[in-house]
Amino acid sequence: MKAVYTKPISLTETANSYCPGCGHGLVHRLVAEVIDELGVRERTIGIAPVGCAVFAYDYFNFDVTEAPHGRPPAVATAIKRCLPDRIVFTYQGDGDLASIGTNEIIHAANRGENITVIFINNAVYGMTGGQMAPTTLEGMKTTTTTKGRDVKVAGHPLRVSELLSSIEGAVYIERVTVIDPANVIKAKKAIKKAFQNQIDKKGFSFVEVLSPCPINWGLKPLDALKFIKEKMMEYFKLGVIKDSTNSKESK
Amino acid sequence: MNKTGKKIFINGNEAIAEAAIIAGCRFYAGYPITPQNQIPEYMSWRMPEAGGVFIQAESELAAINMVFGASLTGTRAMTSSSSPGISLKQEGISYMAGCELPGVIVNMQRGGPGLGNIQGSQADYFQATKGGGHGDYRMPVLAPSTIPEAIEHVMTAFDLADMYRTPVMLLSDGILGQMMEAVEFPVYKSKKKLPEKDWILDGAKNRKPRSVFSLMMQNPTILEKHNYKLAEKYKKMETEVIHETYLAEDAEILVCAYGIMGRICRGAIDMARKEGVKAGLFRPVTVWPFASEVVSKLGKKAKKVLVVELNLGQMVEDIRLAVEDNKKISFFGKPGGAVATKEEIFAKIKELIK
Repeated sequence: MKAVYTKPISLTETANSYCPGCGHGLVHRLVAEVIDELGVRERTIGIAPVGCAVFAYDYFNFDVTEAPHGRPPAVATAIKRCLPDRIVFTYQGDGDLASIGTNEIIHAANRGENITVIFINNAVYGMTGGQMAPTTLEGMKTTTTTKGRDVKVAGHPLRVSELLSSIEGAVYIERVTVIDPANVIKAKKAIKKAFQNQIDKKGFSFVEVLSPCPINWGLKPLDALKFIKEKMMEYFKLGVIKDSTNSKESK
Repeated sequence: MNKTGKKIFINGNEAIAEAAIIAGCRFYAGYPITPQNQIPEYMSWRMPEAGGVFIQAESELAAINMVFGASLTGTRAMTSSSSPGISLKQEGISYMAGCELPGVIVNMQRGGPGLGNIQGSQADYFQATKGGGHGDYRMPVLAPSTIPEAIEHVMTAFDLADMYRTPVMLLSDGILGQMMEAVEFPVYKSKKKLPEKDWILDGAKNRKPRSVFSLMMQNPTILEKHNYKLAEKYKKMETEVIHETYLAEDAEILVCAYGIMGRICRGAIDMARKEGVKAGLFRPVTVWPFASEVVSKLGKKAKKVLVVELNLGQMVEDIRLAVEDNKKISFFGKPGGAVATKEEIFAKIKELIK
């Protein structure tokens, strides 16, 4: 009998610590499936962020390092430059990548580092208990915007993918979500392309995943998925934001 | 071009960069800040020539975190900066200490606090020797007083870093960075039997996956155990004391100074000896670990102890702890970027014997 659904080799047996309805587990699995399918597990080095995914090194069954908050792109840059034939990716949340680490992500993209970035956008600081993130929607209540995000005071939600798309060194940027099977399949396709680009030496590839955080949003898991569909996807449009993969020479 | 074995005239910054290359450093990331700019400038062409990686980082934070990343792969890695930039690097230094990653950080100190000025200074002694970054960690700190010594101890720094899996700082200053001396680069040979790097991340091929982290949240005993393990290592690191004395055995006035001031104080001691004043020098080369026992012995024998630094008095606290006799200890400092001359120091010595 053929098994049609098994645990990817690139995931460990460790039960994850993510909350019910959280998107991280799903995205971890997609990354692991892609690494298995590309056959690169034994030469992959992942960089975990500070935030909910900090324990990624317990869940991924390949080499993983911690990095200070926001610094994964700098750490990844050095690893990739020292070991150019390894597959190096960062896995970062919106506090890590879009707030404290904006400098690092912009300049890694600008140098055209041949790395893969998985960016989890759940519009909130998860691990610290639900404070406003740069990606928090207008009017959205968090523990530091108890009356809802006031854009006059806190600014508008930051569209990081669009911001990075103006950078010459970034070759592929796509925004996806994991709210239903059709979108999960699309998300996996995007993640696979972002890794394949690295194997093909195409350059900086970036996948933003709109991901649910029901606990910190104060919503039931199904309502959290609805929130992404009705609210987040209104502001953060899904799709390929930049793709110059085919026009880029291998570097 | 390999400079080993040739006598050349070179400034301190470039000498430090070349010494790092000779010691096998194959990754450098840095950010421009005066007075250490010749280090990244030199590395920008010399490192690729040596087959290594040079990156002009977007920030001091990125530079130290790139060293963190390069170190993970087993590559000998270095960054350099000057005081305000070193403040920014403290985050990465603390993480390297927590994750037990080797690396060399060069601080060509300038005046502070804040932007201060770009003159030479020794105002970062506390920051370098008492922590700097957050958390309970120790880091070897080497303070050379001449360019040949800087060359030697860049090499020592890489060895200590690999020996103990720790960040190591070369604490120098803008004066040594900018001045030129005739030097001969030695052939590098590690004085230590260095452990195999069986912890690096290079892909889990034919082995179990590895992870590098400093977060130990599951329960308090795990972090406690980790910190006790680090403490054991720090105890071993404490044996790596390097110091120099000059006419100190019979000294009635013991002058204590390190780095560039250690060199200038030698001149003041020669002046004193010419006039029959029994002055001598204690000069720590490692300012952590600190040669407390040596200075304790010499200080107890001496009638007076004079500590000279280019700051408001920082190493003087370590001298006080070692000598345990506050009454006999005096301090002479220059906190603004000017260098104390040997004449000024000699005048201070004469004042003490009155």
